[in-house]
Amino acid sequence: MSEATVADTRRLNSKPQDLTDAYGPPSNFLEIDVFDPQTIGVGRNRFTTYEVRMKTNLPIFKLKESCVRRRYSDFEWLKNELERDSKIVVPPLPGKALKRQLPFRGDEGIFEESFIEERRAGLEQFINRIAGHPLAQNERCLHMFLQDESIDRNYIPGKVRQ
Amino acid sequence: MSFFGFGQTAEIDIVLNDAETRKKAEHRTEDGKKDKYLLFYDGETVSGKVNVTLKTPGKRLEHNGIKIEFVGQIELYYDRGNHHEFVSLVKDLARPGELSQSQTFDFEFTHVEKPYESYTGQNVKLRYFLRATISRRLNDISKEMDIVVQTLCTYPELNSSIKMEVGIEDCLHIEFEYNKSKYHLRDVIVGKIYFLLVRIKIKHMEIGIIKRESTGTGPSVYHENDTIAKYEIMDGAPVRGESIPIRLFLAGYELTPTMRDVNKKFSVRYYLNLVLIDEEERRYFKQQEITLWRKGDIVRRSMSQQATIASQRYEGSNSETVSAQAKEDSN
Repeated sequence: MSEATVADTRRLNSKPQDLTDAYGPPSNFLEIDVFDPQTIGVGRNRFTTYEVRMKTNLPIFKLKESCVRRRYSDFEWLKNELERDSKIVVPPLPGKALKRQLPFRGDEGIFEESFIEERRAGLEQFINRIAGHPLAQNERCLHMFLQDESIDRNYIPGKVRQ
Repeated sequence: MSFFGFGQTAEIDIVLNDAETRKKAEHRTEDGKKDKYLLFYDGETVSGKVNVTLKTPGKRLEHNGIKIEFVGQIELYYDRGNHHEFVSLVKDLARPGELSQSQTFDFEFTHVEKPYESYTGQNVKLRYFLRATISRRLNDISKEMDIVVQTLCTYPELNSSIKMEVGIEDCLHIEFEYNKSKYHLRDVIVGKIYFLLVRIKIKHMEIGIIKRESTGTGPSVYHENDTIAKYEIMDGAPVRGESIPIRLFLAGYELTPTMRDVNKKFSVRYYLNLVLIDEEERRYFKQQEITLWRKGDIVRRSMSQQATIASQRYEGSNSETVSAQAKEDSN
């Protein structure tokens, strides 16, 4: 039997793609916006909350659309829960800005507009990064953060099943 | 080393009989340089001459015997003192005595067994060499000459394709297929990746070849991984039902045949590494071992014959033009 010197490089046969798959909405839709910062309270008891709005078609999330208000310490809570319970390397949060919380500053400190905007952008990047992680999507704390009205800090940590 | 000009010393030179006609092979040395060496195959005879040239004319060279050895050995870099010889042949060229003038000795190692291919790696080296030695009371004079050995195979009888479904539960399911499990060093890997479920945001996909050199045995095995090739096969987000083709020409990369458990000392294995990267730079990968083998050179067909074979396989209306062009070229 003679051997050919020219290799056969033709493509392997594949199933033609279903048109509804090709042109339909993709199965990986996940968008989270962090916006509308509101500073609540007076004097030294003030704090800023942000609206966290999520739109998705991933079956693991119970609600396809959700809208909650969260503050910086809620994001910190989420980061700590994930670091403790999952094997993920959790992305960094924007800084705590402790210096900005000291008295006798010339500006508004942590309620300075430019700082809030910087923080908002950092929080948005953080939550999008973590919500897209297949392992983070299994954690109860992430679902509570994104879709429950308020965070129950006495919750029982655990995994979510599809 | 001679003692300040007292006594006689000599230079040894080894010349193989078919050095002019025998093919040479390029082989990378330990320090990374590429050198050319005479190429031998298993079973071939190694014969030649040892030229002993006396340095100081007129003086005699006393010696305790002249011999030539053919050695095949494995050197582990972390254990240089111990060479593991798997081939060791000796031929005596001269009994103890003295040389009054320069002399040439013939030698022949008939049909020498060379079971393994020459290999120079990150932590281990397998080499074949001739060593001519003039034994003397205080210090020997010796000369080594390396040769390169290649092991050839023919097309394997059984060469099934590799087809597997892998993924992360409810997140990403793909089916990958590679047309063969055994490829020769100038072969082409033809394959495809079929997406069954995509719930993550994939940015691109690449395929690579990883070489894994394993040295040592039992609990003290050390693996050295080296990415030989890496190349993007998809840019953008796929959806369910999409099929991405793979075509990877191996001839462009520095590869060796797969070497499994050579003399129970080391292995060199190759893996195809498929990597998907998502928008957050997270990497999802699947490694699959492939067997590489060395094909012997065969007589080349004429250019027009090769073009006809290629055009017969090419889908589309261009086939007639290609073979017509080839016929024109060969005229």
